[in-house]
Amino acid sequence: MKRLPQLLMALSIIALLSLFKLPLWRIKLIAPQYPTGVNMDIWINKIGGDNPGTLQNINILNHYVGMKMIEPDSIPELHYFPYIILALAGLGLLALLINKPWAYISWAVLVILLAAVGIYDFYLWEYDYGHNLSPTAPIKVPGATYQPPLFGKKTILNFTAYSYPHRGGILAGISILLAFVAYWLKKKKA
Amino acid sequence: MNRLTLYSIPILLTAFLVLVTNGCNTTGGPGAGGLVTNAGAAEEVYVAPGQYDEFYAFLSGGFSGQISVYGLPSGRLLKVIPVFSVDAEKAYGFNEETKPMLNTSYGFVPWDDAHHPELSQTNGQTDGRWIFINGNNTPRIARVDLSTFETAEIIEIPNSGGNHSSPFTTENTEYVVAGTRFGVPYPQNDVAISSYAENFKGMLTFIQVNPESGQMEIAFQVLLPAFDYDLAHSGKGKSHGWTFFTSYNTEQKNTLLEVNASQNDKDFIAAVNWKKAEEYIAQGKFKEIPARYAHNVYSDETHQATSTMEEKVKVLLPEECPGLVYFLPTPKSPHGVDVDPSGEYIVGNGKLSADLTVHSFSKMLTAIENQSFETTISGIPVLKYEEVVGGVVKEPGLGPLHTEFDGNGNAYTTFFISSEIVKWKVGTWEVLDRVPCYYSVGHLMIPGGDSQHPQGKYMVAMNKITKDRYLPTGPELNQSAQLYDISGDKMRLLLDFPTVGEPHYAQGISADRVVPRVVKFYPIEENKHPYAALGEKQTKVERQGNQVHVYMTTIRSHFAPDNIEGIKVGDKVFFHVTNLEQDWDVPHGFAVMGNDNSEILIMPGQTETSVWEPKRPGVYPFYCTDFCSALHQEMQGYIRISPANSNTPLKWSLGEDIVQ
Repeated sequence: MKRLPQLLMALSIIALLSLFKLPLWRIKLIAPQYPTGVNMDIWINKIGGDNPGTLQNINILNHYVGMKMIEPDSIPELHYFPYIILALAGLGLLALLINKPWAYISWAVLVILLAAVGIYDFYLWEYDYGHNLSPTAPIKVPGATYQPPLFGKKTILNFTAYSYPHRGGILAGISILLAFVAYWLKKKKA
Repeated sequence: MNRLTLYSIPILLTAFLVLVTNGCNTTGGPGAGGLVTNAGAAEEVYVAPGQYDEFYAFLSGGFSGQISVYGLPSGRLLKVIPVFSVDAEKAYGFNEETKPMLNTSYGFVPWDDAHHPELSQTNGQTDGRWIFINGNNTPRIARVDLSTFETAEIIEIPNSGGNHSSPFTTENTEYVVAGTRFGVPYPQNDVAISSYAENFKGMLTFIQVNPESGQMEIAFQVLLPAFDYDLAHSGKGKSHGWTFFTSYNTEQKNTLLEVNASQNDKDFIAAVNWKKAEEYIAQGKFKEIPARYAHNVYSDETHQATSTMEEKVKVLLPEECPGLVYFLPTPKSPHGVDVDPSGEYIVGNGKLSADLTVHSFSKMLTAIENQSFETTISGIPVLKYEEVVGGVVKEPGLGPLHTEFDGNGNAYTTFFISSEIVKWKVGTWEVLDRVPCYYSVGHLMIPGGDSQHPQGKYMVAMNKITKDRYLPTGPELNQSAQLYDISGDKMRLLLDFPTVGEPHYAQGISADRVVPRVVKFYPIEENKHPYAALGEKQTKVERQGNQVHVYMTTIRSHFAPDNIEGIKVGDKVFFHVTNLEQDWDVPHGFAVMGNDNSEILIMPGQTETSVWEPKRPGVYPFYCTDFCSALHQEMQGYIRISPANSNTPLKWSLGEDIVQ
């Protein structure tokens, strides 16, 4: 299996490109009157949910406590993120053609770095939504902020919020893993 | 006491209870299994909080004009669907969108007497798509869509009076039928009542149902003598293609019917070969006669109903269409006519007869072939009784009305006078069991019990008399129903519950055939209502002469606009309210002070219109009537009414003051 690293790298690129089809992240809000939860899904180019009304429903909830409307059109990341993914896929292809350990490891590290930046950016948005509250909010709880968790579970007023990678996000993680395996195999053979 | 003794107490106690409960269940005879229920029964009807019932039950509301939807086995009321009666709660017949639903050739008729719900079927099995029901008084048939649980269509039946033998379906819902209970002059005319036998007729109507949309259309009518056509059921399996109608008053009397219509030893079951009718229609052997009847259709896209007045109908005359109709003599004013799941046996529930007569379909076909006719009435052959009767259940009880089937070869017949349900074996005609009903049972219902594939687990008895069953509520009492377990050899009473209006017939269906199709809200992008505002940016107020159209939206927790000025006394104000919500169970309501109309209750994605003609100058509040959210109480607004001759400019706003 001489071509195994290249095959793995190809799979890694495909896994990354799945982000065009699958949501990256899910924030799930559970409360007694929302038995199946309000499921907000974040794609690389849009924000939606498990039904067309999800974003509107979240904005309705958020406006009670003075959080800003989530308006996907005004989030620049959703416009340029797809290009970053395309560029990464292109570089991945280059690494596959070069087919050297350093090419694989460089690409994997680059993806990790960009992912880290992305997660930090996500945190900043969450912080902004959770802290930057309207002074005319109908419901004001002294000292309360409504930042959703970056990863994991958190109680926000009557909701329990869960924030985890969704299918696309998991596949992106697998993509990185595959690139590392490709690197390791290539290095072992060399 | 040692440990062993301690443990043995509950064990012995359990054993004792088992003996006692089993003992109760196996005692036969009238009264047993009914008077005393037991702890086991409570468990059998217990549906834990948050859990779903296994079956939907649709009970007609009788004089309430509605259908009430229950869960079985719990007996929990799930919804009341307005069909023929206005309903202020849902603004049915009050908002502009649904007023056309109650239009008839007599104008707006806000009430009817709804008797027999009938589920649509595919291959003889209930399919959970639609439920049909008849309006008895001003003859109409309605179709309720079970994806929305809303009335989708109502068609008026011409040449009919007392639309009672309706709307029983064929096994693929090719047709639902509508037979007249009261003979009426044909054509309707100013004649002496005493000319009944000469001028009056009885019409049976076949309504074609579109297999995709469910939309109804009167295919043809069959003109018969002016007997009272009481109930119907269509054939199934081998008898598919035929529909059977019971009749009484074959004496054709027009006064003191309780005596005069009970004289003939035998009345008739009319067997109509509708496949033959289709042939005659195709051959053009019909008369097209003028008839005015309304056809009202509601659209889930425009969220509006339209009413069309139809002008004519095709009528088949049995004299000119041999083989179309036969009469089967049946003892003593038969009420229900029920076809067993195999399609072979046709039960004529002769309500004044001591026995229960069951006709055989194959014997009927042979009798027709051999022309074993007793006589002919208006060109309709009367088959010889002995040649068609398939069996008789001997002295099962008093006053048989209706029979349903369990799919295991058993039939269950209600007896009004002896207030009981009797279980008997189809084919051997032996009585197997009997249970009392509280009191004077009319119809009964087994889910699928009139189809080819009954789901014979539960049986509901719907009673005409309540008396002492529940806490008293003055002279007027709700009707009572009983739920029985029929899964074993013996019928067992499980539950007793009050019902809405006066249920006549009912239908039941396992929930899994309905739930997957149920709509949770209407997608706003599919809203084609001509006055919809599909976002707050589209809200506006427009004046056209003295008509003012308010394009309003609702979303938690405000109206847009919520301040309106420039309306004058003498104006007719149309509030077109679009609910922008896109979540399940977030309706908003709208009501304005002093409006001689109901509230409107708008489902997510829907637009409804309330009309208001303000009477006096002033500023009037309006508000959301459905507790929608934490800030529901704040969901309110004002509309300013100026004197008729004033010049207050037309303005509206949300979130800021109107600039004068």
